[in-house]
Amino acid sequence: MVEIPPGEGVKKLVSREEPAALATTAEQVDVGRRIVLAHGGGGELTDELIRGQILPRLGNPALNRLADAATLEVAGARLALTTDAYVVQPLVFPGGDIGRLAVCGTVNDLAMVGAEPVALALSMVLEEGLDETMLQRVLDSIASTGREAGVDVVAGDTKVVEHGRAEGMYITTTGLGRVLDGVSLGVDHVEAGDAVLINGAIAEHGLAVLSRRKGLSFASDLVSDAAPLSGLANALVRELKGVRLLRDPTRGGVAGVLADLAAAGRSVEIEESAVPITPTARAAADLLGLDPLTVANEGKFVAVVAREQAQAALALCREHRLGAHAAVIGRVTDRQPAIAELMTAIGGRRVIQKPYGEELPRIC
Amino acid sequence: MSEQIEQLRQRLCSASEAADGTVRIMEVCGTHTVEVFRQGIRSLLPANVKLISGPGCPVCVTSQGFIEVAVRLTRQHGVLAATYGDMVRVPAAAGSLEQARAGGARVQVVFSARDALSVARESPKLEVVFVAVGFETTAPATADAVLLAEREKIRNFSVLAEHKLVVPAMLALVTGGQTRIDGFMCPGHVSVIIGSEAYRPVVERCGRGCVVTGFEPLQIIQSLTRLVEMTAEGTARLENVYTAAVNAEGNRRAQQLIDQVFERNPATWRGLGQIEGSGLQLRQAYRQFDAFERFGLVLGTDPEPPGCRCGEVITGAIEPPQCPLFDGVCRPTQPVGPCMVSSEGTCQAWWKYHRVRV
Amino acid sequence: MCLAVPGQVEDLKQNDQATVRMQGNTVEVCTTLVGPVEPGEWVLVHAGYAITKIDAQQAAETWALLNEMAGRASEVSGNP
Repeated sequence: MVEIPPGEGVKKLVSREEPAALATTAEQVDVGRRIVLAHGGGGELTDELIRGQILPRLGNPALNRLADAATLEVAGARLALTTDAYVVQPLVFPGGDIGRLAVCGTVNDLAMVGAEPVALALSMVLEEGLDETMLQRVLDSIASTGREAGVDVVAGDTKVVEHGRAEGMYITTTGLGRVLDGVSLGVDHVEAGDAVLINGAIAEHGLAVLSRRKGLSFASDLVSDAAPLSGLANALVRELKGVRLLRDPTRGGVAGVLADLAAAGRSVEIEESAVPITPTARAAADLLGLDPLTVANEGKFVAVVAREQAQAALALCREHRLGAHAAVIGRVTDRQPAIAELMTAIGGRRVIQKPYGEELPRIC
Repeated sequence: MSEQIEQLRQRLCSASEAADGTVRIMEVCGTHTVEVFRQGIRSLLPANVKLISGPGCPVCVTSQGFIEVAVRLTRQHGVLAATYGDMVRVPAAAGSLEQARAGGARVQVVFSARDALSVARESPKLEVVFVAVGFETTAPATADAVLLAEREKIRNFSVLAEHKLVVPAMLALVTGGQTRIDGFMCPGHVSVIIGSEAYRPVVERCGRGCVVTGFEPLQIIQSLTRLVEMTAEGTARLENVYTAAVNAEGNRRAQQLIDQVFERNPATWRGLGQIEGSGLQLRQAYRQFDAFERFGLVLGTDPEPPGCRCGEVITGAIEPPQCPLFDGVCRPTQPVGPCMVSSEGTCQAWWKYHRVRV
Repeated sequence: MCLAVPGQVEDLKQNDQATVRMQGNTVEVCTTLVGPVEPGEWVLVHAGYAITKIDAQQAAETWALLNEMAGRASEVSGNP
């Protein structure tokens, strides 16, 4: 056995001799100064990466808003632009595959800023050795999901990398959208008294994907909820002028969205027993030691709606295939400093915070 | 169900009024710590009932020396460390297992001891080391994996284990006197293995009530109510509200398995020091599977990170906000000590659910 | 320190393994710690091992309680 000497491989942590000199603010990213998996988890560590490394170097007014999609005024038109990389493992999971995700995720980001999808650009990095039938399957998914969402892939790129460098394939999708007339969504519009809604049951995507991960001998009836939400979301903002904000609870889950709201100065109170979840998802989360509020969803949005329009919003959602189990889960309050609170099923209260990043199935 | 909760709450309130002053109940188990927070139970307690989190988070009480050994081991060529999720982020002087992985070391999170064995079967060219911590609930699984490895002659598998036993720690906590404890909420699933009678010495020698408790909120509130009632009455009894899963003698088969493969040793507990007969080490007959022996590792007494007060948090002597590092230097994204790393660590639970009072 | 979930034995496999079903999920579980099990029996599962058998009635009550706590949410039966 050859021991790798310290200094190579793992960098020493910042000196422990003077704890007072260590980071005291959230801006400093300090986990031994290497990127760890949790940086991509959509939780606290991702935030630190964005605020600590990316914004200081690339920041500008549009980017700094950190919305699901950027909204830009171009020659009098209000356009939305977004991009996402899809690195899901395994490539195929119950309810979908990376291709379906690649369309839904991007279309949904556009929908979250009140935009209808106009066009997609697709870039694929394929691993040497990838089975052609897998590629065909993924392309077919992209095509059919595109049809479902009413949007085409108009530009693209394909690269191939050596075996071992892409785990099958990675896809990046860029989406262009047109913000619907008169629609302006954002946390600035959120007010105390507004209702918080979700269009259906949570945690299905993340748990369905985990059930296919190697090394977890756990299978499930759960199926990913991946779906393009533009139809429902666009209808909602067209019909109801009281929709303040839409956010899709992907990585980081519903907890991430609610914690973000609190970080932006808006307190929310959520009723745990009002949050829709199937018994199967609840049991799977219990089994894996995960909090369902922190698990990714790919066919859901959290909507903040003026109180007097909450019932109308609910009715609209419930008429739609993707909103059959929509529910009001809580409300915005005027509590300051702002926090996201959960009223638990037994009448207790506790804080909702953003997860760390990599929600590892725990056992003990 | 809300009527049941309401009734219990009223009973708990009456009991707490009958008690003289503050009643301090320790929930020993990390899963109880998390459930209490997640269910918002603290917000339902009467003002004079204090819940103290105990040393029931296996990752939190693992000695710093053991963590150092585990991390250094992964930097050896040809070694793959398989471990439960919580262990990967505990910081050692040279970084955590997670950071070692980011630097190229082979570290894999497994769900069960048998999964670690499967990894060894599938990777014959690698030395697979199962890094195992945990109490009596988890030790039988490690024992089972060792026996299976022996039966199937899997040579590239070994175990780096620091399993610990709960009752010796409870006794040490009371006799050590670092913190006053009036009664114990006993861990439900450890009790499945060891049986409710295992807590008899705590009741009889130390005069403290013990209630074996499951993890549903009703169970927890029921248990708290009984413990407060006992304290108010000045009686110490052994009770069990988790009869669905726990009986008096426990799981004999699991106990025999532990006994066959392990023997007791004086383990080092963060915050409690060395406690006689509180740990498990592989018996001579199974030392071939002991990673300490196989790799010539020595458990040092590595110092804990400067300023870290996990030891005092674990024993209930202080609450997380009383640690100067809490929520400034030490946070879940940049943990200093294991109480902040582990999803069952008191500091992490506090930070996630209680940092802002609701 | 011990997350454990009740489930029902569905199938027996070799090497002391069994498939256990819990509310639409299945786990591969080692039965060494509980001895021979029959399909239909209920066990408590921790870290891939069954740690004890439990009473069917009480297991059903546990799940009923959990689902009741989920409130209206338990009306949700699956994806639309």
